[in-house]
Amino acid sequence: AYWVDSQQKRYVPVKGDPIIGIVTAKAGDIFKVDVGGSEQASLSYLAFEGATKRNRPNVQVGDLVYGQFIVANKDMEPEMVCIDSSGRANGMGIIGHEGLLFKVSLGLIRKLLAPNCEIIQELGQLYPFEIVLGMNGRIWVKAKTVQQTLIVANILEACEHMTSEQRKQALAKLSES
Amino acid sequence: MYHRRLCGCSRYRRATLLCSANIFQFGICSDGFMQRGLDSETKKQLEEEEKKIISEEHWYLDLPELKEKESFIIEERSFMPCEDLLYGRMSFKGFNPEIEKLMIQMNSRYKKEEIEADDKMEADVSDEEMARRYESLVGTIGKKFLKKRDRHELQDEDEDENSNLRPSNVKKMFLKPQD
Repeated sequence: AYWVDSQQKRYVPVKGDPIIGIVTAKAGDIFKVDVGGSEQASLSYLAFEGATKRNRPNVQVGDLVYGQFIVANKDMEPEMVCIDSSGRANGMGIIGHEGLLFKVSLGLIRKLLAPNCEIIQELGQLYPFEIVLGMNGRIWVKAKTVQQTLIVANILEACEHMTSEQRKQALAKLSES
Repeated sequence: MYHRRLCGCSRYRRATLLCSANIFQFGICSDGFMQRGLDSETKKQLEEEEKKIISEEHWYLDLPELKEKESFIIEERSFMPCEDLLYGRMSFKGFNPEIEKLMIQMNSRYKKEEIEADDKMEADVSDEEMARRYESLVGTIGKKFLKKRDRHELQDEDEDENSNLRPSNVKKMFLKPQD
């Protein structure tokens, strides 16, 4: 397989990509979700695990959702869901209220999600924290204290421009303090 | 005698009836008018003529047959399969145990070798005990489908284990009382 690797910040919705979206509006049966693309994606209220017409999911405007695209082409409005093909959530759905959401370039996300990523492994040994990476360049981090959350966020943002040595130095400093 | 009879409409002059003393012959009309006596052969001829007329009227491209080239290029817009990316939700140092379980689950889907290695699981019940249970199980379920007579005999057989077994083929007939 051949692919063109490019550095970009602007996301183009692609079918099957897991992304973090921000709910911007509620319009009857669907939610409008901002995914960082040219158009807002639509998310049906039935596309959550265990959701029925009577048992609606508790989604408010401004919530963060982690889902994947089922329809994403240049001719149609993108549609996303928070369940997989067998109907299970598999970690998708509403992301909790705490934590921090920030934006990075798409290339960094791919680097972080690579099978043998040192950055994530090294960070994982620092503090206990939780992280969600969306292919649209958005990362959500949550740690025990606000300070730790900010530290993790700063390191991830700076990782793009640091070499691995610089990164290890920075992490060593942190683990000392 | 030679008669010439015109059929109902004067338009169809071709469909004239020529009748001689013995033989009726129908004139062939191209759109199937007066088809009562047409043979199957004449019908086929008619159809062929119609087809010829139609195909001559239709326009077609006078090009040699062009074959579509099989394209071996598949376009894939997502990066996920290209670089084998991991699952996007992660948790470290036990911050969110559910997500840690999920991480193991999702990432092991890529590495199927691990799943194949875990084929032999420890059994709760040993094989011998399983065999013993099945033996008795077959008997108990088999009894369910016996007829009443057989069930009765089976019961008596079990009771008289120590004494001689009664021959099971004895029919119960009326025994005359001895004087």
